[in-house]
Amino acid sequence: MNHAFLETDKTYDAIVIGASAGGLDALRVILNQLPGDFVIPILIVLHRGKEKTLFFKRYFVDFCSSDIIEPEDKEAVKAGCIYFAPPDYHMMVEMDKTLSLSVDPPVNWSRPSIDVLFESAAEVYKEKLVGVILTGANKDGSVGFEKIKRLGGLLVVQDPATATASKMPRVAIEAVAVDCILTLHDIGVLLSGLIKS
Amino acid sequence: MGCRVGNVENENIEIELLLKAIYMKYGYDFRNYSRASVKRRIKEVLGKSDLETISEVQHKILNDRVFFSVMLRHMSINVTEMFRDPSYYRILREKILPELSCLPYIKRWHAGCYSGEEVYSMAILLKEEGLYYKTMIYATDFDKEILEKAKRAIFPVENLKSYTNNYKKAGGLESFADYYFCKYEYALLDKSLKENILFSNHNLVTDGVFCEVDMIICRNVLIYFNRDLQNQVFKLFSDSLCKNGFLCLGSKETVRLSIHSKDFKDLVKEEKIYRKA
Repeated sequence: MNHAFLETDKTYDAIVIGASAGGLDALRVILNQLPGDFVIPILIVLHRGKEKTLFFKRYFVDFCSSDIIEPEDKEAVKAGCIYFAPPDYHMMVEMDKTLSLSVDPPVNWSRPSIDVLFESAAEVYKEKLVGVILTGANKDGSVGFEKIKRLGGLLVVQDPATATASKMPRVAIEAVAVDCILTLHDIGVLLSGLIKS
Repeated sequence: MGCRVGNVENENIEIELLLKAIYMKYGYDFRNYSRASVKRRIKEVLGKSDLETISEVQHKILNDRVFFSVMLRHMSINVTEMFRDPSYYRILREKILPELSCLPYIKRWHAGCYSGEEVYSMAILLKEEGLYYKTMIYATDFDKEILEKAKRAIFPVENLKSYTNNYKKAGGLESFADYYFCKYEYALLDKSLKENILFSNHNLVTDGVFCEVDMIICRNVLIYFNRDLQNQVFKLFSDSLCKNGFLCLGSKETVRLSIHSKDFKDLVKEEKIYRKA
């Protein structure tokens, strides 16, 4: 694992994570490692069914001490909270750091779509954004990844060899020169380092 | 890298100018729409055209009315379905409609009805609860072409499966198939569902109060507006509702963040049904 980029004093303002098939377990491994008192927001798109479900929130609350939020429209993004795009809505970050939801058509057959979140977040946080793509069986996220890269953000991908579904991380790696390709455990270590004050 | 960030800034300026141009030329005001959504939509129009920049889109819009109407269609897209969020319809049936049933006459307003899926869902619900005959439904949208589509009440048959599913989960009393008949690959809704619906043109951004109603349904429309515009529309809704009237929003919309939140009381929190205070 190459930590060279961490040795600079660069700090980040937000983390965006995209996950699809196998994502629930993958997120569990990562979020489980995070310290309770981190200082930036984490925004997540996880592809899932469109039904509202209470189970979802409970699942993460069990092992994650931070606030897990399925935001309402125009809610302000707060440091130290973890936001999940609600089922059947796209989630975008506005310039004033509030969250907008939309029912625009699916992108990459997905609503919420990872690209939609990543592209909007890239414009707001620019070089202060970390983008993470985890396991998945489609190609959502790679367009957003390209934009994060163009605006100077940091790109982290789960090693496809270790992913439940390797396509999504593989497509991302082929599309953009990513900064690091890591196991879930190492992504957890990396993010923990990035989000401490 | 600096010049790339610069591109984003330039793009944001171009979008500001484009929205101003649209307003000045055609009177449609998207300036206070949620900017992230608007930007996505404009860039989709750009991507489908043979134009290179948003400034070129602006030039074309000013000089080509047909291109503008294509753009307008794109700006108003709303993907919905009949009985979207079945749990919401179930609550309406069990909790809200019984309260309305004592009124001699019920007036309701579907604001931003788009192609009518939710209006007709409501019509079915009212029929099954025996209230349709004394209800007047105003269904409005700013897009005249989409209103024509809504009036026709024709939907692709491939949607029927999910509509039927939703209908059942929403506690439908009959068979959903009783409400339409199929012709080629389309389903036509039963004409009697249209009897008490008045479709008309109304723009939530630029038009005012047009009547007093007992219930306003505006679901997944306000998410496309920024907070200022949401405030303006909540005021319009407050002025259009009679005392104790109902306001139904989409499941992720809230009046909680608005300066007019005091005008409304939570009635069914998880379904975003409010009551005018």
